[in-house]
Amino acid sequence: MKLATKDLLRLATVGSVDDGKSTLIGRLLVDTRQLFDDQLDAVHAASAKRGVGNLDLSFVTDGLRAEREQGITIDVAYRYASTPTRKFIIADCPGHVQYTRNMATGASTADVALVVLNVAHGLKEQTRRHLCIVALLGVRTIIVAVNKMDEVHWSESAYVGVVDEITTLARDLGFESVTTIPVSALLGENVVERSAHLEWYDGPTVLQALEACAAGSWTHARSGARLPVQWVLRQNGGGRTYAGMLNGATLRQGDVVTLLPANVETSITSITSGAGARSAATAGLSIDVGLAAETDAGRGDLLATAPLPTVTKEFTATICWFGEQPWRASQRLRLKHTTKVTPVRLRELTGVVDIETLSVRAGSELATNDIGLASLQTADWLAVDDYRDNRVTGSFVIIDEATNATVAAGMVGRASFL
Amino acid sequence: MTTLTPLAPTMTDHLDLLESHAIFILREVVAECERPVLLFSGGKDSAVLLHLATKAFSPQALPFPVMHIDTGQNFPEVIEFRDDAVARHGARLLVASVQDSIDQGKVADPGPMGPRNRLQTVTLLDAITAHGFDAAFGGARRDEDKARAKERILSFRDAFGQWDPRQQRPELWQLYQGRVNAGEHLRAFPLSDWTELDIWQYIEREQMELPRIYFAHQRDVVRRDGMYLAVGPHVVAREDEEVERLVVRFRTVGDANLTGAVLSDASTLAAIIDEIALANVSERGATRGDDKFSETAMEDRKREGYF
Repeated sequence: MKLATKDLLRLATVGSVDDGKSTLIGRLLVDTRQLFDDQLDAVHAASAKRGVGNLDLSFVTDGLRAEREQGITIDVAYRYASTPTRKFIIADCPGHVQYTRNMATGASTADVALVVLNVAHGLKEQTRRHLCIVALLGVRTIIVAVNKMDEVHWSESAYVGVVDEITTLARDLGFESVTTIPVSALLGENVVERSAHLEWYDGPTVLQALEACAAGSWTHARSGARLPVQWVLRQNGGGRTYAGMLNGATLRQGDVVTLLPANVETSITSITSGAGARSAATAGLSIDVGLAAETDAGRGDLLATAPLPTVTKEFTATICWFGEQPWRASQRLRLKHTTKVTPVRLRELTGVVDIETLSVRAGSELATNDIGLASLQTADWLAVDDYRDNRVTGSFVIIDEATNATVAAGMVGRASFL
Repeated sequence: MTTLTPLAPTMTDHLDLLESHAIFILREVVAECERPVLLFSGGKDSAVLLHLATKAFSPQALPFPVMHIDTGQNFPEVIEFRDDAVARHGARLLVASVQDSIDQGKVADPGPMGPRNRLQTVTLLDAITAHGFDAAFGGARRDEDKARAKERILSFRDAFGQWDPRQQRPELWQLYQGRVNAGEHLRAFPLSDWTELDIWQYIEREQMELPRIYFAHQRDVVRRDGMYLAVGPHVVAREDEEVERLVVRFRTVGDANLTGAVLSDASTLAAIIDEIALANVSERGATRGDDKFSETAMEDRKREGYF
């Protein structure tokens, strides 16, 4: 048997607690036979031990002791599924507001978000928050599973009411592709198997919708090629090559590149990946390149093709604050952007996002799980793109120097819906 | 003039992306940490990890040593492979021995046949402290176990070596953040997103060497606790057990007294890939006695500082 070449789709589940995200992923894995017999036996045994009826599908992904005891998801679980042409990396994210940082971790590399909500409850504040974060993170495609249809007797009017709500929000947030699907994750209807109770619905199942999505969109960019230098490799015979993971546009041998922030123009003489020398490379590949000119390029520098990024020490950004204490101007912080780490200071908090209205209000501090707009000042020069043009050169994290905790995630620029 | 392979965007497949991500993580940790080490068991996952590490820094030498936590209960074929692989990659090998931890009275002696799997944690943490390592690469994959499925790629360990699954650092995009204070360390898992099948497909693509026990061979085994254990220095047939000579292979490589063989006639990489693609039982479920103690056996060991 020759196994075909596959592409790779990264998927994150989002939505409020108890709307059935983990159950839906459990159902998807069980009904596509991605679980081994012993894993399924273990889920049966764990369900029986806690007296939760036949099979609690959430135990497929809720693997920690505390999660099973409390019946909630605390942190992201990564699961893998495969069809003949596609490998899926599934990040099953927590719904509780105090674990928003974990949800953002799972969603930050997603090509598509699978939004799960309870048809009887509609759009909760936490679902709005998650959708807002997913939109900020640059996910353009969402699949909305309107769950627990069995609890409303498969009512089309209940479904349509929720779809109206979510469609309005999705339009406000600027998603490019929105697919809504009525499902019962518990009973397995419209997840993999088509529902017998939903004769009024003729759209795709969740699996069909996932198979139809474009893969690799998280590395999709509108920028030129970007190669943040990770490491300098000394070649036998004295030359040097510059190693890193490529993102943005395709990079070809002979391309003119600019080394930033030094602003030195040169060209690419060689490209090597894990598979050996090549004439071109695409986003997501780890490569090392040779340069025509002698340079002092090192870790933290950027090789870029036109249009070039902005080289700056001051920029505005959208910040998701995860710190346990509110952000204070006196805090000693460092910012990690691509392969560069530099001290950073909050110059001005220009606004705090109101999740309910998606408006920006004035605020004096950013508290845990707040999303804010801020003006930042760094000690060193950074070469940044707007996040919407490039998710790699447009993103950064902020680290508390005292505790080493990652206290914020940031995106250069401002989303159009804010 | 080097021969160039022209490459269309569609020719980047999932193995290229997994390889690239792993190489990126290896380079990032080496750049950010002072004293990394690569944990090497001689199994297929650590063999892939060592192969990727060599690629990440080629043509330079590996910028970190390779460390084996030796329980003294390994298959001899695996130790032989370990020494060959380390020599082939020009790596520096450190061996930390569980027997030393027993002799120093740090852990109780389970006896010559007793399980030593859990004792490794003490040996591992002592070795990390003694060498001052601040990052340890491991070949663990998230598809192996439900606790591993929850773990970050860069996973923080406190000064006692403990993992706290409720307080993991946010890890957005591919901005891996490796800062630790003295005495603390990181575990780094470049193969997090690989499945068992990905590993085998990659081994085939790269034409890698592996210990012979992964391929079908004849062996004397006894049936115990639902597994076929290889008869040898660490497994002696009990009175009520019958020794059978069967055609088997090993799907994972661990201690000889805890790792079950599977009945298989797969003697080539292609045959193994076919077998894995159709398997009904997970690799740890099929072969690992160490996971069968309780529902959260892996989480409990990981909290203490296990691999």
